[in-house]
Amino acid sequence: MDMNIPYTVEERPDTGLTNGKLGIWLFLASEVMLFGALFSTYIILRMGAPEWPHGELNVWLGMANTFILIGSSVTMVMAWASLKLGDFGKHRIYLLTTFLLSAAFLVNKYFEYAAHWAHGELPSKSTFLAIYFTLTGLHGIHILGGMVVMAYFLGPGAKLYKKSPEQFTNRIEYTGLYWHFVDLVWIFLFPVLYLL
Amino acid sequence: MHSDQESIRKTIKTYWMIGAALFVFTGITVAVNQVHLAVPLAITVALIIATMKGSMVASVFMHLNHERKWVYGALILTVIGFAILMLVPSLTINDGIGTPIHVEAPAGEHSGH
Repeated sequence: MDMNIPYTVEERPDTGLTNGKLGIWLFLASEVMLFGALFSTYIILRMGAPEWPHGELNVWLGMANTFILIGSSVTMVMAWASLKLGDFGKHRIYLLTTFLLSAAFLVNKYFEYAAHWAHGELPSKSTFLAIYFTLTGLHGIHILGGMVVMAYFLGPGAKLYKKSPEQFTNRIEYTGLYWHFVDLVWIFLFPVLYLL
Repeated sequence: MHSDQESIRKTIKTYWMIGAALFVFTGITVAVNQVHLAVPLAITVALIIATMKGSMVASVFMHLNHERKWVYGALILTVIGFAILMLVPSLTINDGIGTPIHVEAPAGEHSGH
């Protein structure tokens, strides 16, 4: 009996998509609702607050992290494009670069959090800090999740390339879609939390 | 396969250009913030730039400029749900629940315990 998962490489006739691609898009749709609910909460809290703090966050660290995530999005899409061109070596370089950039993002975030905690700026201190830690903490967990997936494809998951290069390429594409979404969320988090 | 690879090579240039544009827009966002505009204007400018950047990521990096209708279908539903979530704050404007009712205490009467 054939136990292979269907439509991992060829597209389903009814959807025109591989199962994995439809799956990741549905997952991203649920993620939009998750972050949407938190953005909505932010708006309610901000509208109801008699005053809102400005200049509490380090804009330059936030900007550096924005550059890092944008750079990682470019290297991620290049990791996929390299596979499409049949260059596995370049793919690994780009994926490793993406992984290192995401690690740099978290290191930056660690220094930012550490500075807040050293100054006693805890989530319980103000509404702004509560929503700041909630939004950036959840986003940070998503970064960590992406890093786990990338580490898998840099390690044991890379074996699939020899067996089925098309399926491996598709998996990298799904990883990329998730990663670009994480970048997209940060593109909105940065001005909302750091600048406004 | 050959033409597929050729189109990928062309798209790679677009990826780098979009990456550069995203860097520039981020710089512009921070630069505008340093000017200290009035809050409503600052919010409008920052969100317009963020929306432009987000559109570039979604359309080019996530290939939404040429996707299948099932993906667009799922996203249309998401957009509707997201719009409802964003409307929730406006519904709270006229919501009196939790608003303290200020009743004038009669003259000479103390409200303390």
